[in-house]
Amino acid sequence: MLEVKDLKVSFGGLVALNLDAFSIRKNELRVIIGPNGAGKSTFMDIVCGKTKPQQGSVKFKGLELLGRKEVEIAKLGVGRKFQKPSIFSGLTVYDNLLLGLDGPKDVFTSYFYKLASFDKDRIMEVAEKVGLVNDLQMIAGSLSHGKKQWLEIAIVMLQDSELMLIDEPAAGMSDVEAEKTGNLLCDLSKKHSVIVIEHDMKFVEQIAIEKVSVLVRGQMLTEGTFQEVRNNQEVIDCYLGSANSAQQQAHS
Amino acid sequence: MFKNKIYIIFIVVFALLMPIGYFTGLVPINTLTLWGRYFCLAIAALGVDLIWGYTGILSMTQALFFCMGAYGMGMYMTLSNLPEGQVLPSFMVWNQVTELPFFWVPFDNFWYALILSVFVPGLFAGFLGYFIFRKRIKGVYFAIITQAIALAMFLLFSRNETMLGGTNGLTDFKFFLGFDLRHNSVKFGLYMWSLVALGVIYWYCHSLVNSKFGKALVAIRDSESRMRFTKYKVTHYNVAIFMIGAMVAAVGGMLYMPQTGIITPGRMDVQASIEMIIWVALGGRGKLKGAVVGALVLNLMYSVFTTVLPSSWLYILGGLFVITVLYLPKGIVGLVDQMKEKLNSMFVKTA
Repeated sequence: MLEVKDLKVSFGGLVALNLDAFSIRKNELRVIIGPNGAGKSTFMDIVCGKTKPQQGSVKFKGLELLGRKEVEIAKLGVGRKFQKPSIFSGLTVYDNLLLGLDGPKDVFTSYFYKLASFDKDRIMEVAEKVGLVNDLQMIAGSLSHGKKQWLEIAIVMLQDSELMLIDEPAAGMSDVEAEKTGNLLCDLSKKHSVIVIEHDMKFVEQIAIEKVSVLVRGQMLTEGTFQEVRNNQEVIDCYLGSANSAQQQAHS
Repeated sequence: MFKNKIYIIFIVVFALLMPIGYFTGLVPINTLTLWGRYFCLAIAALGVDLIWGYTGILSMTQALFFCMGAYGMGMYMTLSNLPEGQVLPSFMVWNQVTELPFFWVPFDNFWYALILSVFVPGLFAGFLGYFIFRKRIKGVYFAIITQAIALAMFLLFSRNETMLGGTNGLTDFKFFLGFDLRHNSVKFGLYMWSLVALGVIYWYCHSLVNSKFGKALVAIRDSESRMRFTKYKVTHYNVAIFMIGAMVAAVGGMLYMPQTGIITPGRMDVQASIEMIIWVALGGRGKLKGAVVGALVLNLMYSVFTTVLPSSWLYILGGLFVITVLYLPKGIVGLVDQMKEKLNSMFVKTA
């Protein structure tokens, strides 16, 4: 599905990401964890076309993504949810979802657009899934942080992207909300490939039904099931905040 | 209920009371002509609101497009007002021009002039917009580039070689479509036409901003990157609304022309565009009502203050702008809405 090779990005001399190999299967749910500044978000930025790497290759369904524009990549089937909820804050929740809806998105189609009943059904279906049915007429900017997260996930869901890049979906959510989000993501992974970045280990445990990748200082430290990763001494060192050991790892 | 009230008041005052006042002799015809001109400027302000208020693009070329519409109509009027036997406008004769320049020729026909006056500014905006938006230039940089274009066009139109009357512009018209412009009934007719045009364009803009296209514009304002990642080609949307805004302004300019009887490059300079933006900011950005209210109120104030205290206008305008920026981020319309909400909540409490 997605294959990454020899990816290298640096910002002003600082190497942000140096990924030898990374790949995920169709309908896989992959969790990426790692300390701040490990390059997790940068990795997603590259896949969806926001950041240009210095070298490497990112292949999606056999097609090279590097060098393509955001819209092209999105059209190939890559959806992205950002760390900081990126929604249309001046519009109602319903309009946010309407714009997210898959279909032709050129100027003329939008100009002459008439709401079809199956479009409405689809919006309601997704709104139901993310629990925003009662907020459809709210202005998106006035939603709580957790609901903003859900709204952005809903926009990505409506696009029906084959690969979904979900950046910190549970940030700012209560335990109950986070659990709902986790169930939602697991559900999504039945039909889509999903990559999730997350810090909250409790949440990771819930959604890590398959592999977990650990990124540290731009490099892949290890990959494995949640249990394997949790018992890995190197990973424990990074998460215990022992900066020295992490540095040694990066150097060795 | 509140929503419709302002429309009803507007229609009653301008489509009913003003004409009645005119026919009973209570309202002088010059007042009507003045309002007719304000309507044209309000049309241009609607264009500003579409581009800036809804899409968040600060464009400094709106007065230029307004003037292009006015010049188009002015060219038709110049040619149709030529005395018997004369083939060239006087200013061309003085510049030793012997043949009518090619771009003047189609303006001999009213319908061609009408179409060209709308589409030339539209296409120009499309051309300009495509190259600027493609490079993802926005915000202050877009404002600066469009400002430079407005200045360049001002200089171009001011030159005699451009064959558009230089700094004197186009003026000295007695007839429009065969009607004598000095007649009160013709002036009244133009007032009504301007009112109708404002109504129609308002309705058009209203349906536009409530369509999916309009929602997409607001979405671009709120989060351009989210739009890109949601598969929307933002550049196309930006170009489209820039063109629509330009054409709307051009319609305003076309109707403005027969009512003022003169168009000069002075109307298209940067300051004129900034003033239009101030109207919209004061009236209430991002609301169509705001654009109309702002344009009408500020132009009325302009007329009043330049008569009463001729040198004070710029201070007053500047002062109003500062007050808006500091205390009224949503403009006059936003203030009225807030007051309504307060009144409503008070009623709810007492009830």
